[in-house]
Amino acid sequence: MTRFLRRLDPAPLLLSLPAGLILGLFLLLPLLATALLSFRSYSLYTGIEPVLELGNYLEIFGDGYFLEIFLRTARIAALATLLTILIGAPEAIILMRMRAPWRGLFLLVALGPLLISVVSRTLGWALLLGSTGVVNTALMAAGLIAEPIRFMYTEWGVTVALAHVLLPFMIISVMTVLQRLDPQVENASHALGAGGVTTFRRVILPQLLPGIFAGSIIVFAMAASAFATPQIIGGRRLKVVATLIYDEYLFSLNWPLGAALALLLFAIVIVVAVGFNRLAESRFARMYG
Amino acid sequence: MSRRNGPWALIFHTLFVVFMLAPILVVCVIAFTPEGYLSMPTDGLSLRWFRALWNNPDFVSSFRVSLALGAASASAAAAVSIPAAIAITRCDFPGRGAFLALCMSPLMVPSIVLGVAFLRFFSQIGLSGTLVGLTLSHVILIVPYVLRTIMNSLGSLDAALNNASASLGAARWHTFRRITLPLILPGVASGWILAFITSFDEVTMTIFLAAPETTTLPVRLMLYIEDSIDPLVAAVSTVLIVMALAVMILIDRLFGLDRILTGAPDRDGKP
Amino acid sequence: MTGEDNAAAALLSISGLTKRYGSTTVVDGLALDVAEGEFVSLLGPSGCGKTTTLQMIGGFVRPDGGRIRLGGRDLIATPTSKRGLGMVFQSYALFPHMTAAANVAYGLEVRRTPRGEIAGRVARALDLVGLSAYGDRYPRRMSGGQQQRVALARALVIEPRVLLLDEPLSNLDANLREEMQTELRRIQHRTGTTTVLVTHDQSEAMALSDRIVVMRGGRIEQADTPERVYGRPGNRFVAQFLGKTNLFAARIADGRVSLGDTGWQAPAGAPDGPVTLAVRPEKVRLSQTGLPGRVGERTFQGGRWLVEMDTAHGLVLMETPNYGPPPPREGETVRIGWQDGDLHLLFEGAPA
Ligand SMILES: Nc1ncnc2c1ncn2[C@@H]1O[C@H](COP(=O)(O)OP(=O)(O)OP(=O)(O)O)[C@@H](O)[C@H]1O
Ligand SMILES: [Mg+2]
Repeated sequence: MTRFLRRLDPAPLLLSLPAGLILGLFLLLPLLATALLSFRSYSLYTGIEPVLELGNYLEIFGDGYFLEIFLRTARIAALATLLTILIGAPEAIILMRMRAPWRGLFLLVALGPLLISVVSRTLGWALLLGSTGVVNTALMAAGLIAEPIRFMYTEWGVTVALAHVLLPFMIISVMTVLQRLDPQVENASHALGAGGVTTFRRVILPQLLPGIFAGSIIVFAMAASAFATPQIIGGRRLKVVATLIYDEYLFSLNWPLGAALALLLFAIVIVVAVGFNRLAESRFARMYG
Repeated sequence: MSRRNGPWALIFHTLFVVFMLAPILVVCVIAFTPEGYLSMPTDGLSLRWFRALWNNPDFVSSFRVSLALGAASASAAAAVSIPAAIAITRCDFPGRGAFLALCMSPLMVPSIVLGVAFLRFFSQIGLSGTLVGLTLSHVILIVPYVLRTIMNSLGSLDAALNNASASLGAARWHTFRRITLPLILPGVASGWILAFITSFDEVTMTIFLAAPETTTLPVRLMLYIEDSIDPLVAAVSTVLIVMALAVMILIDRLFGLDRILTGAPDRDGKP
Repeated sequence: MTGEDNAAAALLSISGLTKRYGSTTVVDGLALDVAEGEFVSLLGPSGCGKTTTLQMIGGFVRPDGGRIRLGGRDLIATPTSKRGLGMVFQSYALFPHMTAAANVAYGLEVRRTPRGEIAGRVARALDLVGLSAYGDRYPRRMSGGQQQRVALARALVIEPRVLLLDEPLSNLDANLREEMQTELRRIQHRTGTTTVLVTHDQSEAMALSDRIVVMRGGRIEQADTPERVYGRPGNRFVAQFLGKTNLFAARIADGRVSLGDTGWQAPAGAPDGPVTLAVRPEKVRLSQTGLPGRVGERTFQGGRWLVEMDTAHGLVLMETPNYGPPPPREGETVRIGWQDGDLHLLFEGAPA
C-alpha cells in the first residue's frame, strides 16, 4: 500500500488541478446546461418550462425560415473559405520567397490584422463600400455610376469582409507547411527539366494541399460561426445563424430555441471540421507517414 | 522556396496588400475628418472626433474595463497554464491526453456558443454582468493560447537541466523558481501578451455577458455601430488599431511576430 | 573475501537492480560494489542499460527492483536532491541563464552554505578545472571543452560522495577528448572522489578506470581491472568488445590444446572438449616455425601497422610497431606465431 502510494506521484495532479477545475466547472458544465436548455420549451407568458422535448429542434427543421438562414450561413462560409484559399495560398508562397527586410514587413501586413479588433476591421469595409462610403461617393462624384454599389446587407458583402478577417489564418496554415518543405525539391524538379507550371502543379501544389486543408477547416469553422462581421455588414436584414441566435437570446428572449440553434451550429461546425480532418488524414497520411 | 517572385507575383502581392490595408487605412483617415458626418478629410485634418471620444464617458470607462479585463484574464490564464504545461510536458500520468484535450477544447467551441452558455450559467450562479464572470469566461477562451506558447518554451528546454538541479540538491519548487521559470519567461510573456490582446478584442462572447457598467470597448463599439455609423466609431477604431500596432511592434521586437502567431517553437530554448 | 565483507567495505553497493520498460528488461539484476575512492566505468554497446543504471543511482529513474546503498544508507528511498551525488550530464545541462561561476555556486546556495564560503569554494573549483579566468562567462559563449569543465566543477564543488559521469566526453572532438581524459584522471586523483563513469568507448574506459564493468543486455559480463578485462576476457563478447582480437576454434584433449597440427600444454583442470583461443593482434609476431599465412590488406596507422593474414584457421590480424623493417608486402607468404603465455582460452563453445 505504502509502496503504491509512493509510486503515485501527486505532483501532476496538483499541477493540473487549477486548469482542470476551471475548465471542467466553467466550460463543460455551462455547455451541458445549454444542451439541457435546448430541450426546454418557452412561452411568452410562462417563460422557460422545465420539460424535456424536441420541440425546438422540430421547429428549426420544420421552418423554411430557419433552413434558409442555415443554408445562407453555409454558402457564405464556403465562399469565404474559397476566397481565402484563392488569395491566401498564392500570397503565402510569395511571402516565403521574399528576402530579409521585405518578408518581415509584409508578414506584419498579412498577419498583423489578427491583433486588430474584428469590429474595427469590419467597420473599415462599411466605411469603404457602404452606400455613403468612400468608394461609392467617389464613383458617383465622378459620374461613373448613378446608383451606389450595394455592399451593405448583401451576401457578397458579408463574404468579402469575412474573407478579409479570416485570411491571416489561411496564410498561417499554408506557411506552416511551406516552412517544412525542402527548397531543394523545387530545384530538383527544375533540374529534371520541368517548367514552372509543371513544377507548381506536380511538386508544389501537392505539398501545399495539407496546409490548405488545415486552413480551410479553421476558416470555415470561424466563418460559419462568425458574429461581429455579419452583424455589422448584414445586420437584421441579412441574418446568419450567429446573428439569429443573438436575436433569439437578447430580443425574442426565447433562450431554449436559441440554445438549440447554438448547439446545431456547434454540431455542424464540429462535424464538418472532423469530417474534413479525417479526409485530409486519409489523403495525406501516406505523404507524412 | 528558393525561387524569386516574378512580375505577376508582385502584381498579385500589391493587390493583396491593398486588399488587406484599405479597410484599415480608410478607418484611420476618416477618423481625422473635420466634418460631422462620414467623409474623407479633404480640407484639413481635425482631432475633433478624438476630442469627442475623450469626452465620451461611456467609451472611456469601457476602455478601462477592457484593459482591466485583459490584464486580469491574461494573468489568471498564465497562472493556471504554467503548472498545467509543466504537468503535460514533464509528467507522465494517466489521463494526460484527456487533460490536454480539455485545455485545448475552448478552441473548438465557437465563441457564440460560449456566449450563450455562459449567459445562462452566470445568471444561475449570480455572476451575470460581473467582472469576475467576464474574467472567468475570458480565461477559458485564452487558456489554449497561453498554454501552447508555454508548452513550446518548456519543450525546447533540456530536461537534463531539471535533473542537474535536483542532483545539486535543489527541491522541486526551488528548481522551478531558479531554473525553469527564468528560462520559460519569454514564452510566458509572449503568451500573456497574445492572451491580453485576444481578450481585449473579444466581442462575440462578451456581448452576451457584459452589463452596462462592464461593457468592454469592442462591445461598446459594436452596440454603437448597430445604432449609427459616424466618425466617432472611426476614432475609436483608430485607437484600437494604433494599440494593435504597438503590441505588434513590441512582440516582433521581443520574439518575432511570425513565431508567436504561427505558434512555431523557439529557435533555441535559451534566452 | 565473502560478499558480506565486500559490501561492508564498499561505499556504493548495488544488488539485484532491475528496470523494465513495458515487457523489455533494460537492467537485469545488476550487482556491483564500488569502493571508496575507486574509479569504475560502465562499458557496453549502445542500449545495454548503462545510462539507465546511472540514472537509477542518481535518482532520475525509479528501479523496479533491487537495492542501492550508499555508505549503508538506502538510496532508493532518498529523493534525488538529498542523495548528495554529483552528476555530469552528456549534454552538460549547464544553466544557460547563469554565468559559469553562478552555475558552480548553485549547488552551494541550495545547501545554504554561508556566502563568504561560497566565493572561495567556487574559485577553488574553477581553478581545479583550469577555468579561473572564465567565471563571468555565460555557457553559450564557451567552447564544448570549457562547458564540460564547468559541469565538472559544478558537480565537484558540492563534494559529492560519488561522482556520476554519463558519457561526459562524447561531445568533444578526438584531440580534446584525450586532453580531457588526462584532466579527468588528474582531478579524480587529486580529489579522490569515488567515480562511476558511463561510456561506450573502450579506450576511454581503459585509460581512466581502476575497474571496468562490461555490460550487455542489462547484465554484467565481466568486472575487473582494465589489464585483466583486456588480457583475460571472460568470454568472446568481452574479448571482442575491448579492442580487436583473433579467435580460433581449438580442442582440448589429454591435457593438451591443439589447433591444427600445433599444440600447447592446457592449463591445469581445463576440461576436454572444444575451446576458443584468443590472441590479441599486438601479440602476433612473424616467426620461423609458426602458422603459414598469406599477407592480405596492410593498413598504416602512424605509430603502427595492421596486417591481415589469410591462414588455415581463418583471417589473423597482426599489429606491429612502426619500427625496424616494414611488414611483409601483400601477397607474400610468411609464418606467424605467439608466446604461449599470450594465448587466452575461452570456454564457451567454438567461434562461429
Ligand atoms: N524512458 C524509456 N522508455 C522506454 N525505453 C527506454 C527508456 N529509456 C531507455 N529505454 C530503453 O532502455 C534501453 C537501455 O537504455 P540506456 O539509455 O540505458 O542505454 P545506454 O546503454 O545508455 O545506451 P547508449 O550508449 O546508446 O547511451 C534501450 O534499449 C532504450 O531504448
Ligand atoms: Mg546512454
